[in-house]
Parts: sequence; C-alpha cells; structure tokens
Amino acid sequence: MAIITYREALNQALREEMSRDDRVFLMGEEVGVYNGAYKVSKGLLEEFGENRVVDCPIAELGFSGVGVGAAMAGLRPIIEFMTWNFALLAIDQVVNSAAKMLYMSGGQFNVPIVFRGPNGAALQLGAQHSQAFESWLAHIPGLKVVSPGTPYDAKGLLKSAIRDDNPVVFLEGEMLYNTKGEVPDHEYLIPLGKAELKREGGDCSIITSGKMVLVAMQVADQLAKEDIHVDVLDLLTLRPMDVESIRVSVRKTNRAVVLEEGWEVCGIGAQVVDYIQRDCFDDLDAPVVRVHQADVPMPYAKGLEKIAKPDVAKSIAAVKQVMYRT
Amino acid sequence: MATKVFMEALSPTMEEGRLIKWNKNEGDAVKSGDVLAEVETDKAVMELVARGDGVLRKQLVAEGTTAPVGSLVGVIGTEGEDISALLGVSQPALATTSPGVTRHSEPTTPPAPAPTNTGSSKSSPLARRLARDSGLDLAAMAGSGPGGRIIKRDIEAAMASGGASAVTSVIGHRSSVIADFTDQPLTLIRKTIARRLAESIGPIPTFYLTAEFDMTRAVDMRASMLEEGEEFRVSVNDVILKATATALASHPEVNAHWLGDKIRFFNRVHLGMAVATEDGLIVPVIFDADQKGLRDLAAESKALAKKARARKLKPEEYTGSTFSVSNLGMMQIEQFTAIINPPECGILAIGALEDKPVVVDGELSVRKRLRVTMSCDHRVIDGAIGARFLQDLRRMIENPLMLVF
Repeated sequence: MAIITYREALNQALREEMSRDDRVFLMGEEVGVYNGAYKVSKGLLEEFGENRVVDCPIAELGFSGVGVGAAMAGLRPIIEFMTWNFALLAIDQVVNSAAKMLYMSGGQFNVPIVFRGPNGAALQLGAQHSQAFESWLAHIPGLKVVSPGTPYDAKGLLKSAIRDDNPVVFLEGEMLYNTKGEVPDHEYLIPLGKAELKREGGDCSIITSGKMVLVAMQVADQLAKEDIHVDVLDLLTLRPMDVESIRVSVRKTNRAVVLEEGWEVCGIGAQVVDYIQRDCFDDLDAPVVRVHQADVPMPYAKGLEKIAKPDVAKSIAAVKQVMYRT
Repeated sequence: MATKVFMEALSPTMEEGRLIKWNKNEGDAVKSGDVLAEVETDKAVMELVARGDGVLRKQLVAEGTTAPVGSLVGVIGTEGEDISALLGVSQPALATTSPGVTRHSEPTTPPAPAPTNTGSSKSSPLARRLARDSGLDLAAMAGSGPGGRIIKRDIEAAMASGGASAVTSVIGHRSSVIADFTDQPLTLIRKTIARRLAESIGPIPTFYLTAEFDMTRAVDMRASMLEEGEEFRVSVNDVILKATATALASHPEVNAHWLGDKIRFFNRVHLGMAVATEDGLIVPVIFDADQKGLRDLAAESKALAKKARARKLKPEEYTGSTFSVSNLGMMQIEQFTAIINPPECGILAIGALEDKPVVVDGELSVRKRLRVTMSCDHRVIDGAIGARFLQDLRRMIENPLMLVF
C-alpha cells in the first residue's frame, strides 16, 4: 500500500473518476493553469483538456450556477471553492438550487454535483477565513455532507460523492492536505452515510469527523497511557448521519464526548447529542460533553487562536469529566 | 468601605471548612478581631475573625455548610452601603429592606442530620436501569458522582458487596417509629482520618482488638438450661451471637456501613454469621438478631447453617448484614483475625473455648476462657470506640444474666 498525502489522494480520485466517466468535469478558481490553489487538481488540465478542467473568474455564485445547470442537463460537475469561506457568495446556488431542484421539479431534475474545498481554520488567517461551516450545510435537506479526515477516506469518499446522483458537499481541510496515510493501489469506494470506528476502546465514545479525527486519535493514545480506552467514531458523512453506529458505541461505553471543529450553538455536536439522548437515554452514565471552537470569531492573534480551537487537552478533560475522573 | 469575609486557611492543610456557627448575626456591629464564626477544619474547630470594622451585612454561607478556602462567606460594611457589587449579583431584595434591619434567613440552629432514605437521590439513567434490573433500591444508596449522583460504579460497588443496599426492601418492617438507620455526612476530621489511613493500609484500614472473656458463667448457664430439657439446648456460639447482637444494639457506632461519602449507622442489628461450606465461605444473616430470644436465635442459626451447607440459601438470606461474626473455635483455633465484609465496618473472630489457669481474686484457678478478636475499619471505628463495644460485650458474656436485663 502506498503512503500518499491527502492532496494526492483527492487528485487520484478526481483523475480516476474523470477517466471513468467523461461527463465528470472540474470548475473553479485556479483549478487549471495554476493546478489548483492547493494543487489538488495538479496535472488534470494537461491530461483532460480545457473542456473538462475549467478556470473561472472570481465569481462563486456564477460558476456554481453554471455547475447546477450543467448537472440538470446531464453532466456531473465538480465545483472547487478555494475555501468554503468564499462559498458563502454561492450559498444561494447550493441551498436554493442544487439542494431543492429534485424536490421542486417533482423528481424531473436531479443535480449530481459535488461542491468541494477546504473548510475550517488553518493558522492565523483571521476571522473571515477561519470558519467551519459543516453545521450550516448539514442543516439543508437535499444535500449530502461529507467530511473526511484521512487520505484513505478522502479518496474513497470523493469517488462515491462524484458517482452520487445528489448534490454532495465535500469538506476538506487546508491543514489536512499535507497529511499522509496509506491508500490502497487498487480501486475502492467508501459508501456515503456510514461512520467508521477508528479506534475501539470501551470506556467512552469520542464522536467526531474531519480534521478533529486526528485530534481524537491523539487523545486516544494519551488516554491509553492512563488506562482509559476510548472508542473513536469517525462519522465521515455528516448528512445523512450514521446514527446506528453512534448508538452501538454509546450503548457499549455509556459515555460520550462529541468533538467538532465548529462553534457550539446549533453545531453538529448538538445534533449528535440529540440522537444520543433519544436513543441511548437509559444507557448514559453521565451527561454528554461537547468540545468545539470557542463561541467567538476566530482570533487572529496566535495565542488567542490556539485557545479558541478545540484541541487534545480540552478533549482529554472532557473524557475525564464524563468518566467522573479528575 | 466594605470588607469581604473569606473562608480562611485555619490549618496548614485545610482545603475547606465547615461553618458550624455564626457568632454574629446579619446587622450586628463588628470590630476587627471579633470572632465572626466557628469553623471546623480538617483538624479542629477554629475561630474565623473579622478583618474590618462595621456591620455584618451578609452571611453568604448557612451554618453547617462546607465552603472551600478562599471562598466568600460574608460581607462587613457600613449600614446602608451598597454591597451588591461585592456579592457579584444584583440584590434587588436589599433595596426593599430598610438598612440596619436584622435579617434572619438562615436557621440559627445547626441543620439536622440528613434525613434517612429520602428517596430523592439523583442518579444517571444507566444507574437507574441497572438498579431496576438487579433489584437494588436507589433510595438507600449513596452516589459518588457530582452532587451525590448515583452512577454506574456505585451500582457495581453495591452489587459487589452483595447488594447490601437492598436491605430495606427485603426485610419486613418492625413495629417501631425509629428509622432503620441514620446517615451521617462525613465530618472533615472523619474525612481526613479516612483518607490518611486508607493511604497507609489497603482500601480498608483495618486494626484488630483482642480480648479474652471468661466463659465460666455462660457455660454453667448453658449446662443448667440443658438440665431443664433438650428443648433448651443452646450452643456457646448461640450465647455469643445473642450477646453480640445485644451489645450492637446499644453501639450503633460499630453497627455501621462505610458508604464512601457518609457512614450509615444502623438502628437495627442484622447479624451475619460466617458458615464454611464445601463451596466456600458464606455469611447468612440473622435479621433483627437483637430482638430475638436465645431459643429463636439458636433455632435460626442452626437452620441457616444447614441451609447454607445444602446450598439452599436465597440471596436475601445472605445479604444485608450490618455486622458479622466468624467462629473457628470448634476447630481448636485459639485466636484469629477475620476479614471485614464491606461495607460493614467490623467483624468478630471467635476462638476456641479452653480451660486455662487464671488468677481470680489472688488465687490460681481453672476457668473456661475464650478469645475474640474484632477487626475494625478505622475509617469508621476508632480504637477506643471498638474497645468500648468489647467492654460491653464482655459484660454480657461474663454475666449472661445481662442478656435478660
């Protein structure tokens, strides 16, 4: 098995799917000549030509709309947002067009489109460029929302997202692009809507996704030294969420910590906690604790940014809290 | 200028203090150096003195309440001064009260001990489910979670100790208005003793008290009863059980359970008697042993031992003891130490009845003697307390007429 970066894994997924299906094409800012702002589309223009890899002006609403129209007409567009912060300008096309078209056309037009790009904070990019939007997007019926944390998951899920007949929001991470992991040489798909138990413990469930999976794995390693063994459940897909896997883990451990990159209020974690209290009430030995970004615009100052982000120390404290350990 | 009154560190190791008594009421004038309150520390009862002049405007901690060192317990100020900022919250009630009026919102007597068995204990949903499944009575349990919440580990501990907490649900009611037990929250000194001694020796810091009893009168009594007929046959062990139960009834301080954050003193005596079986040791229980006559006690102990050896004991017949007795005398063991059956706090180990030369009134004579060793959980029972119980027990056994007194 090759060890490659998250960036290369996405690049492989794009290349394989574009080779497999000539209806698949990529649109966005700097995706062609510049090989992508984060080099995810490296070499694709050269290989597939200008009809399949389309450089767009800085007009997110415009090229997203072109994408939705192309999907309705039978193509399978992939829209790259330089980051999801810029996708706010295109949110009308994502929420009002892509997500609703199948429903409002009475099933006549499905929209097989993928909106992808980095989500969440990197380092010191300021409040407007350091936002995690997964709960905004997962709120919308009609969208699927995927948030992979490893190269293996990124590749397998992106291929499934491209083949899906519904609009899929695909959340990557600037800080993830350079991370490495094993990816099989043979072709594989990871189904949307299924979570993966990344670590089996039994004392407490850490439920998380995306970049925070890496944090959760460090938490698991550190707690193991104190003889606390946690389940790390990677949701992978945030909508539709794999409630059954949450249920299985929490019923086993009787305790849960929900770790997410975004803000607390109406966050993904709030939804996870709701599923837990609905289905696992009699299994809980402690209130579920959430770990998330501080409820402030992301500070630019390095020290403050560090304090605002969810991290290993906060997560360890949360696990100990639900285990009544101090 | 108002002065804040803090819970001060009144001993080098003090982390929290229990405010036993306010010596100044709200509205009383105080001078710097006046004793404001008495505080129980981990070592002793100390005085908390005023650090400023004025009027004690506010008592923020009720008598009997424990507060961490450094926390605000009161405010001294001038009459009419706005102290709401010091209290950290706006106090609209203050505005409607004319300044200088003494306001007694707290009781002036120390709060009564926590009522027994209130049934309002908090518990996690999982703990409730586990308790339901295993027939445990949550209301009779103590929780180790925040705010006394009963959590999974408390249920597991209760089940490990033989479901002792289910006692109240399986025992018939006695026609008495006295509660079955009294829960006493741990005092700070009790907490310190428990922590320090448990650090020193195992989870149950045990010590042993050995005494040798003169059994001559008990043996004579037994013999004369037997002369009256076979139906009056009792064993020496029965006499010891009876005496132990009777002594326990007047010594709830050793007839107790250690429950982690409190000690439960029982007003009823449920005596466990260790029985050796082919499967191993089991401890059936004589409930309300102190209320039973020697004949009933003898019959019941015999029946329980028989059932135990036949493996016919029901769970409710071997759970719920408040104190236990183990006897290896019939195997010619002179003296031994028995291991406490938690959450009980004491167990008596009974040795063999022997003829021994002893000095009585300056003369050497041969007497029936018996050695007992009491194992005591030092978190609950101090040496002198255990010794006083053994003194009473000696009185009962050496003068068996005491048993009918």
